[in-house]
Amino acid sequence: MIRFLLYRLALLVPTFIGVSIVAFAFIRMLPGDPILLLAGERGMTEERYQQLQHLYGFDQSIFVQYFNYVADLLSGDFGTSIVTKRPVLEEFFTLFPATLELSLCAIIVATAIGIPAGVFAAVKRGSWLDQSIMGVALVGYSMPIFWWGLLLIIFFSGMLQWTPVSGRISLIYFFPQVTGFMLIDSLLSGQKGAFTSAASHLILPTIVLATIPLAVIARQTRSAMLEVLGEDYVRTARSKGLPPMRVIGLHALRNALIPVVTTIGLQVGVLLAGAILTETIFSWPGIGKWMVDSVGKRDYSVVQGGLLLIAAIIMIVNLLVDVLYGLINPRIRR
Amino acid sequence: MAHTQALQDKPATAGAMRKAMLKEFWYYFSQNKGAVIGLYVFAAIVIIAVFAPIVAPHSPSLQNREALLLPPFWEQGGQFAFPLGTDAVGRDILSRLIYGARFSLFIGVVVVTLSVSFGVLVGLVAGFFRGWIDTAIMRVMDVILAFPSLLLALVLVAILGPGLMNAMIAIALILQPHFVRLTRAAVLSEREREYVVSARVAGASRLRLMFVTILPNCLAPLIVQATLSFSSAILDAAALGFLGMGAQPPTPEWGTMLADAREFILRAWWVVTFPGLAILVTVLAINLMGDGLRDALDPKLKQS
Amino acid sequence: MKTMKTLLAATILAAGFATAASAKTLVYCSEGSPEGFDPALYTAGTTFDASSKPVYNRLVEFKRGTTEITPGLAESWDVSDDGMEYTFHLRPGVKFHTTDFFSPSREMNADDVIFSFDRQLSKDNPFNAYVEGASWEYFNGMSMPDLIKSIDKVDDMTVKFVLNRAEAPFLANLAMDFASVVSKEYADKLKDGGNLSDLNQKPVGTGPFQFVAYQPDAVIRYKAFADYWNGKQPIDDLVFAITTDASVRQQKLTAGECQVMPYPNPADLQALKDNADINVMEQQGLNVGYLAYNTQQAPFDNPKVRKALNMAINKQAILDAVFQGAGQAAKNPIPPTMWSYNDDIKDDPYDPEASKKMLEEAGVKDLSMKVWAMPVQRPYNPNARRMAELIQEDFSKVGVKAEIVSYEWGEYLQRSKATDRDGAVLLGWTGDNGDPDNFLAVLLGCDAVGGANRAQWCNEEFDALIKKAKSGTQEERTKLYKEAQVVFKREAPWATIAHSVVFMPMRSNVTGYVMDPLGGHWFDGVDISE
Repeated sequence: MIRFLLYRLALLVPTFIGVSIVAFAFIRMLPGDPILLLAGERGMTEERYQQLQHLYGFDQSIFVQYFNYVADLLSGDFGTSIVTKRPVLEEFFTLFPATLELSLCAIIVATAIGIPAGVFAAVKRGSWLDQSIMGVALVGYSMPIFWWGLLLIIFFSGMLQWTPVSGRISLIYFFPQVTGFMLIDSLLSGQKGAFTSAASHLILPTIVLATIPLAVIARQTRSAMLEVLGEDYVRTARSKGLPPMRVIGLHALRNALIPVVTTIGLQVGVLLAGAILTETIFSWPGIGKWMVDSVGKRDYSVVQGGLLLIAAIIMIVNLLVDVLYGLINPRIRR
Repeated sequence: MAHTQALQDKPATAGAMRKAMLKEFWYYFSQNKGAVIGLYVFAAIVIIAVFAPIVAPHSPSLQNREALLLPPFWEQGGQFAFPLGTDAVGRDILSRLIYGARFSLFIGVVVVTLSVSFGVLVGLVAGFFRGWIDTAIMRVMDVILAFPSLLLALVLVAILGPGLMNAMIAIALILQPHFVRLTRAAVLSEREREYVVSARVAGASRLRLMFVTILPNCLAPLIVQATLSFSSAILDAAALGFLGMGAQPPTPEWGTMLADAREFILRAWWVVTFPGLAILVTVLAINLMGDGLRDALDPKLKQS
Repeated sequence: MKTMKTLLAATILAAGFATAASAKTLVYCSEGSPEGFDPALYTAGTTFDASSKPVYNRLVEFKRGTTEITPGLAESWDVSDDGMEYTFHLRPGVKFHTTDFFSPSREMNADDVIFSFDRQLSKDNPFNAYVEGASWEYFNGMSMPDLIKSIDKVDDMTVKFVLNRAEAPFLANLAMDFASVVSKEYADKLKDGGNLSDLNQKPVGTGPFQFVAYQPDAVIRYKAFADYWNGKQPIDDLVFAITTDASVRQQKLTAGECQVMPYPNPADLQALKDNADINVMEQQGLNVGYLAYNTQQAPFDNPKVRKALNMAINKQAILDAVFQGAGQAAKNPIPPTMWSYNDDIKDDPYDPEASKKMLEEAGVKDLSMKVWAMPVQRPYNPNARRMAELIQEDFSKVGVKAEIVSYEWGEYLQRSKATDRDGAVLLGWTGDNGDPDNFLAVLLGCDAVGGANRAQWCNEEFDALIKKAKSGTQEERTKLYKEAQVVFKREAPWATIAHSVVFMPMRSNVTGYVMDPLGGHWFDGVDISE
């Protein structure tokens, strides 16, 4: 097990170096000189331009720039935003809780609905229940979520006025951020109605972000269950006359869950990609919107640092999933 | 079962074999009702796209200055001349959707062609040569897959400059690692098989081994993956368009239309609803077909 | 204790919202996040709205709703006869904000003023590079380092600026956002604590509102400063609800979730104006959008050709299609709200026939040219591409073939500066300090050829006038600038196209809001009636 873990960790190193090169190179290839953009119509003198080039280190050779960048990374410095002049890491950590809260809610909803739906569909294979669950799942899987979000806003915020249009909580509530999770902070604040307000702001974004993972988990659970239900030991258990719920719950589901766990882990990338669109639609102050805005503003260092941090998160989660998979799957452990 | 076909060198039997296979394929495919419906819907979309100038009631770019933001015909104030209403500058939404089908299909075809041809080639090279080439290629693919696909596409388009062509290139690049991995895995499992070894002993050249002997036997998973990529390409291109980085207005691309319509979300539901519906229907049809293809081509599932 | 205090403030705030009597809260749906809270570091209006305008004061201020200078933190000032020395007498009794992160022990004095400028001027100042990449863009952009020889403390309440040359717009420059006065005492405390960057994140100033909290991309909170030197504000709390999407802003305004919003969609203006609960204010923006010919390139070196092309452009069509009504045709290079605007000047009429004839007379046949279109949206030109297409169409009617070219924005700005540039460039300018010098000298002076003077136009008569107007009283300067505008119109280095019109929708119970010709958003003096 430890060897397996070390091997996986070792494999991460070249990938991460690759990721850092890609993030670095991409940003140098972006058209448009950020210094000129900074000056706008006003323009600047050649002398001042050289001065700023030097200030940002753009006047050094590309290799020197890369090594400086890696050296900074190793000391935990992800650069400073050209636009806001704040450290990229600091911006990331102020915005990340919002994305994390939304993503966690989405994955919880997706798992809580997706697994039972998949199990039911598998057990009642071929029935109208199976067909409708799988039909809905395929629609969810094919959903352009940016449109789905707009549709929900039109219906629930526009026509019914049940949910707010955007943001994380109503402006009338104001309390210090302790955890960065609005749901928890609103409870800690003890203000009446704050939690309800935070929750109502979360509903639509959660639905939108959960849609695709939910569909994928339901489909994956169904096929994993079908496979397990066909295996000898389940048939034996059934023929022994064990109650069907016990067979399904105890024997089949436990084994079917192994590939499903992997699937859930792999949804992290899907969630972060989805967060880009969901956060844009709902003005959700998280890292997805942050990246879109920074690309638009040509904020080199934020795009570079953000790419790296997001890739690192995905890689680490994938590693954890692998380890978890190794732990619950006895065949790999040995 | 699949690779026995390659052993048949006589053209006549090979032809008969192929016919039989097609028949078998269609049998399994048509078992899946959803897949057949998907196929019909997709065929309808293709026909509409091809004959767009005939089908569409108006030009997609014609601005009717006296008919701004008209609702669909069944709503009060709607006109039959504009069945699905008009947008903010008075363009007929139905006509724009019809022309938009062309862009979506075009995007799907170009992206899949690009990513399949590149991915298969690189995958063959990796799987066939092994060694450091393989390692290098697979690490590069790992790097690409380490980023959320849409984010990578977004940054790539920012580098290349917003536009339909660049969006397609970016999407092809983020989709091709799947083909590389699939092809490589298939090549690895096939290359030690008896028929490949015997072909090699018989003196077949490397290129022949790669493309004529091995590749045809890896096709099934590739076809399924290509179908999936077709729908992801359409979705991703629409998402990029929605973020303002894909096709540029006034192109009637569905995602771009949605981006344009966002400001009217609370005033004119139809400008938002229909382009998204078009994306959903198209993608759903393709995914239905993809499920059917997988059932028909995947021998393991066939047995169960 | 700290949390208790904020908690208390929050409960008061929440309660106030419910009853609307105990505390007055004004919510402003702002269009974006501020880059930071030290205005001198940045150039964006969004940042100034959130920092320099509510939190800070300057030595001199623009009088509300005008570009005139009034006393601010300086009660009065003397200018030496040669225009090289400015002595400011500071206002006594001005207090800095007391917040939960800083309690001032003294009132504002000369040290604060000198520190505010010294941090931008001198490399030795510990705050000169207190955030990475601090480039003091406006201070440098307005050539302050060349202009200022020294800043001397005469006594605790008197500061003297010595300049290297006479510069009449200097006073107006000091009213700009970068010249905001920060607290030296606060800065010293931050330096001792080692958290210098707080100067940019938790601002302490002398302004009408004091900073309470900021959640990035979501909300900024201020409260009225009880000891403000000019009296406490009528509203108690000021909240910026950051809402980037214009239609969402509008939705929030109509729902009463916010009271004021900037930058509505032009398409939505009618609906807003029709709403009885909403009042839409409007004002001409302090900007100009233009098409600059390259006056060093034949045949555009001939004023007659330029004039003829100007007459071929249908400005009304541009105003309708590009500005959708939110614009006004421009005849002068400076906007009408600016002092010295010469309203006697007659615009070139739209007359394709006459234009064709003039081109013939000038011996120009089968002219083909390039028209540069900017790739970005700017206040003075919401859609340059569409504008270029309209101009292309207009030119073809007089037999001139135009090809539209465009580059990435940074590239565009850079390339259009070249004196050997091929073609006419669409560009514009937004005023910084309301001084005509900021338009005429910056954009059309001989010194700016190869730089911001995109017409590459150096006219001796014009240049002499604007150089002379750099000093003197406003009356004398006005006369010179009016004359310069006559020369400009005669020589036609640009086709002046439009000035934008800025709209400001707000709830009708908001009183006392005054629009700023410089494009800022100020909330001092604003009240909410019951």
